[in-house]
Amino acid sequence: MSKRLKVLGFGLLLFGITVYSLFPFYWAVISSFKPSSDLFSTTLKLWPIPWTWEHYKNVFLAANFGRNLLNSLAVAGGTTLVALSLGSFAAYALGRLPLHGKNVLLYLVLAMTMFPQIAVLSGLFVLLRGLGLFNTHPGLILSYLLFTLPFTVWVMTQYFRTLPRELEEAAYVDGASPLMAFWRILLPLTGPGLVTTGLLAFIAAWNEFLFALTFTVGDKVRTVPVAIAFFGGASPYEVPWGSIMAASVVVTVPLVVLVFVFQHRIVAGLTAGAIKE
Amino acid sequence: MISTAQKRLAWLFVLPTLAAVALVAFYPLSQVFRYAFTDAWLSGTSSPQWVGLQNFRDLLQDPDFLASVRNTLFFTVVSVSLEAVLGMAIALALHASFPGRGLLRAAVLVPWAIPTVVSAQMWKWMLHDIYGVVNLIGTKIGLLSHKVAWIAQPGTAMASIIVVDVWKTTPFVVLMLLAGLQMIPRELYEAAKVDGASAWQQFRKITFPLLRPILLVTLVFRTLDALRVFDVIYVMTGGGNQTESMALYNRRVLVDFQELGYGSAISIAILLIISVFVVIYLYLMRRGVYE
Repeated sequence: MSKRLKVLGFGLLLFGITVYSLFPFYWAVISSFKPSSDLFSTTLKLWPIPWTWEHYKNVFLAANFGRNLLNSLAVAGGTTLVALSLGSFAAYALGRLPLHGKNVLLYLVLAMTMFPQIAVLSGLFVLLRGLGLFNTHPGLILSYLLFTLPFTVWVMTQYFRTLPRELEEAAYVDGASPLMAFWRILLPLTGPGLVTTGLLAFIAAWNEFLFALTFTVGDKVRTVPVAIAFFGGASPYEVPWGSIMAASVVVTVPLVVLVFVFQHRIVAGLTAGAIKE
Repeated sequence: MISTAQKRLAWLFVLPTLAAVALVAFYPLSQVFRYAFTDAWLSGTSSPQWVGLQNFRDLLQDPDFLASVRNTLFFTVVSVSLEAVLGMAIALALHASFPGRGLLRAAVLVPWAIPTVVSAQMWKWMLHDIYGVVNLIGTKIGLLSHKVAWIAQPGTAMASIIVVDVWKTTPFVVLMLLAGLQMIPRELYEAAKVDGASAWQQFRKITFPLLRPILLVTLVFRTLDALRVFDVIYVMTGGGNQTESMALYNRRVLVDFQELGYGSAISIAILLIISVFVVIYLYLMRRGVYE
C-alpha cells in the first residue's frame, strides 16, 4: 500500500514537472487560435472552441512577419555556416596539428564566452557603422560570431581529439597531404559534432535579441525576436495578444521539433565544456 | 616534410578564427576602454575630449546606475538560487527510471529552446491583469482574493521577471545535473543501502558531494548570464517599476541618450562587477578541489 502511494506521488510529481514545463507553450498555442472575443474574456477556457486562423492571417498579411522570418533564417543560417566553417578549421588545427601555444589560443577563444555582449555593444556599433555593415545581414552575422564561434571551436576541438591517430597516419602513408586528410577523412567523421554545434549555433543566433535590437532599423533586416518584442507598440491599450501568440507559436514550433528530434545531440553539446570524462 | 607543412597548415587554419575573434571581441573591447575616458557622443561631429576618470566619478553618484546594480544583484541572487534548488529537484526526479523518461526529458528542455523574448511575451500574456490565465485561475480557486496587476507595480514586477527567468533557464541546470548524476557509480548507493542509509543520508553523503563540482560550474554559467540579463526585462517591463538591470541602463545611455563615453564607462563597470563574481567562483572551485 505504501509502495503504491509512493508510485502515485512520484507520478504526480512527474505530471507537475510536465505541466510546469509545457503549460506556457500550451497556453500560447491555445490563445493563438482563440477568436478575439474569447481571448479578451474573463471566462476561463482551456480549449479553443470555436477556433480561428484570424491571428495567423494578421501576422503574415498585416504585419511584416514573413520578412522577419526570412531575415532570421538568413542571419541564423549564415551565422551557423560561418561559425562551423571557421570553427572546424581552427578546431582541426587545435586538436590535431602541431601548433605552438595551442592551449593559450584555446583559452583566448574560450575567454570570449565570458564577454558580456553589452560590454562590447558600443565598440561593435561603431565598428559596424564604420564598415558600412549597420542594418545589414552580414553585419548581424559578423557580430553573432562573438558568441557562436567560441563554443564551436571548443566543442569541435574535443571531437577532433577523440578520433584515432591511425586514421591520418594511414592517409599520410598513402601520400595524402594534411589538407586532404582533414577534408576527406577527419571532417566527415566529425559529422555528429558538426550537427551538435550547428544546432546550438543556429538556436543561439535564432534567439538573439540585444544585437538584433541595436544593429537594425525597420523591417528590412529586423529578425523575429525584435519583431515579436515590438508587436503592438502602436497603442498601449490595444496590444494584439492574439497576433503576438500566433507569431510566438510560429517561431517556437520549429525549435520544439528540434528539441524532440535532437535531444541527445543538444544535451551532449551543452554539457561538453563542463564535463570531462 | 609533413611536419613543417602541418605547422604551416595549422596556422593557416587558425588564422581566420583568430582574425574573427580580434575583430568582433578584442578590437571593440579596446575601443570601449578608450571611449570610457572621453566625452564622446554616438552621433557627434565634434571630436571627443579626454576626460580622465570623470565618467567613473559620475557613475558613483548616478542614482539610476546604482539602482540598476541593486536590481541586477537582487535578480541574480534570487533567480540563480531558485534555479539551483528547482533544477536539483527536477534532475533527481528525472534520474529515476520510469516509462517515458526520454520523452519527459525532452519536454523539460522545451523552455530552454524557446527564445527569451517569446517566453517573456507568453508569460506577460499569462500574467495579464484582466484576461491573464494566472489571475483567472488564481481567483477561481481562491488563491487570489482579487486580480493582481503583476507587471504594473514594483515588487511583483521583479518577481514576475524572476519567475519567467527561472522557468526559461532551469532546464539548463537540470540537464547539467543529470549529466553529473549519470557519472556517479551505482555501487556507491548499493553499498549505502547495505549500510542502512536513508534516502536523505544518501543524498547528503553521496549525491551532493559528488555533484558539487558540476553544480558549481553550472552556477557560474548561470550567474554570469543573470548578471547581464536584458531580453526578459526589456520585454516584460522595459525597465520600469524598479526592474531596470545594468545591461538595460547601459543600452539606454548608449542608444537612447547617445552618450558613447559615459555608456562605455558603464560597460567597463559591468565587466568589473562580473569579474568580481568570476574571482569568487574561481576561489570556491579551487577550495573545492583541495578540500
